Amino acid sequence: MLSKLDQQQYTKRMNNRIRKNSVLQSVFFLSALFGLFVLAILIIRVVTQGFGWIDMDFLTGRLSTDPERAGIMGAILGTLWVMIVVIPVTMIVGVGTAIYLELYAKKGKFQASIQTNISNLAGVPSIVYGLLGLTVFVRLMDLGNVVLAGGLTLSLLVLPILIVAAQEAIRAVPSHLAEASYGMGATKWQTIQRVILPAALPSILTGSILSLSRAIGETAPLTVLGIPALLIPFPNGFFDTFTALPMQIYYWTLDSSLVAEYANLAAATIIVLLVLLFVLNSVAIFIRNKFQHRY
Amino acid sequence: MSVVMMENKMTVQLNQEKEQSAGTAIEEKDVVFNTKELNLWYSETHALKNINLSINEKEVTAIIGPSGCGKSTYIKTLNRMVELVPGVRTTGEITYKGKNILDRSFRVEDLRTQVGMVFQKPNPFPKSIYENIVYGPKIHGIRNKKILDEIVEQSLKGAYIWDEVKDRLHENAYGLSGGQQQRLCIARCLAVQPDVILMDEPTSALDPKSTLKIEELIQQLKKDYSIIIVTHNMQQAARISDKTAFFLNGEVIEFGDTNTIFTNPSDSRTEDYISGRFG
Ligand SMILES: Nc1ncnc2c1ncn2[C@@H]1O[C@H](COP(=O)(O)OP(=O)(O)OP(=O)(O)O)[C@@H](O)[C@H]1O
Ligand SMILES: [Mg+2]
Repeated sequence: MLSKLDQQQYTKRMNNRIRKNSVLQSVFFLSALFGLFVLAILIIRVVTQGFGWIDMDFLTGRLSTDPERAGIMGAILGTLWVMIVVIPVTMIVGVGTAIYLELYAKKGKFQASIQTNISNLAGVPSIVYGLLGLTVFVRLMDLGNVVLAGGLTLSLLVLPILIVAAQEAIRAVPSHLAEASYGMGATKWQTIQRVILPAALPSILTGSILSLSRAIGETAPLTVLGIPALLIPFPNGFFDTFTALPMQIYYWTLDSSLVAEYANLAAATIIVLLVLLFVLNSVAIFIRNKFQHRY
Repeated sequence: MSVVMMENKMTVQLNQEKEQSAGTAIEEKDVVFNTKELNLWYSETHALKNINLSINEKEVTAIIGPSGCGKSTYIKTLNRMVELVPGVRTTGEITYKGKNILDRSFRVEDLRTQVGMVFQKPNPFPKSIYENIVYGPKIHGIRNKKILDEIVEQSLKGAYIWDEVKDRLHENAYGLSGGQQQRLCIARCLAVQPDVILMDEPTSALDPKSTLKIEELIQQLKKDYSIIIVTHNMQQAARISDKTAFFLNGEVIEFGDTNTIFTNPSDSRTEDYISGRFG
């Protein structure tokens, strides 16, 4: 027993401390519950509104003003085409930048200024990227609002996130592994290729899937680019006009005051988008677990 | 004379007897590393001060000294691993077989191919035992499966670990014990067929039995390789080395035959250190 405290004081303080602990525990539990609660409401709402509308015709059909005949194949294809642009561009540029900054760049003013800029860019609102895309890709490069322009815009948007994630992944590779490689006469590139990248790959993939999920769900930059949700032909290549799932959700929600069923169509499209994200995340987790090493 | 020193003397004598019974004649050896006026700074820290050391081929050279005296820094300079630390500066000269390795025109890749290194903590790659061994040969361009298989067997035998792992070559190296991992790392180093092997406290993370195995291994390797080993263990230095260098605060206080250093040191600081009065 602490000699400076008498029994009464001791019991009182101990009771207080224990009470404080349990109160805080409940606060943290409620915070955690809050997130779960919101997610549950969201899913219940979306599912009750939209699930009945999902069928083969909806998934494979073309867009139509008639809610009973409308399908979202065009938007699904558009989203997939955009991903075909975003995945390689962000992986190559993002991982390349991270490798340069972490492994090649001399620590100094130049490296520090790139680093700061990347961190700042990660915080720029997505609509600003839309403006950038509109100016550079749609107008200056005269691409129009096609798959390539949309994909490049979204790539720019998620690049900073991916770069930072890849940098952290590379930094987390224990230095003694690289030392072992250098110690046998390996060049820097051999060490990167055979030791550092394989060890960093799981975390890089996690980061890239998270940023891809972000790209798939973005609407604001696409509205700025002028991506329509109209009766346009299915996109078939990088230079075709397209629409994407979030655009479809956006326009149907806007017009649900005119046609009530559009709200159901929007909900159904949200389910499709969520399933797509869920599949992507599962693939990421699968790959990560498959490649994960202990060290 | 302290008890420790008497023990040291006994081990040294034992060593001599072993060598004599094996009929090893004492002869002049070639110099492999010659260090002249070497100074090294980590940004502001002056870690190595005016080092002059000449290290012989096919011998075991032990480097001893208290923590922070620059032992690791010195052996990392011998394969220029120290350059991985940003802000390192060196002056002076280290010749390896007559060529100055600190010269920028000496390619580190060449140097590290000829001067291998075993680290304090076993650091196998998170790959199979087989893949660990062939890593070196592969980066040097050997692709032939038969040659690689041969290298794996030879290297593992060379590190006296073949019998323990021959049935599990394709299992992850992390499944091995610490001592086995360290011998695997030595085998991985042998696979590149270096001339010199640098060892930075290779047994400090190991139990006595594994330590003994590695010490025996070093005695074998000495026939074909020049070995420079950093150790905190006086007995170990006395047991396995031919020459000993005593470092203190970045300087070489004394360098010479292990016998002499351990039984009749000329500097009182060396005597204090090996008899355990500081460090
Ligand atoms: N990466 C580094 N950056 C800055 N200073 C360093 C670095 N590595 C070592 N030093 C300094 O250089 C001096 C020598 O360090 P070194 O690691 O060579 O000592 P050591 O003799 O190997 O010690 P130990 O027995 O503890 O391993 C120390 O003062 C240390 O603080
Ligand atoms: Mg050390």
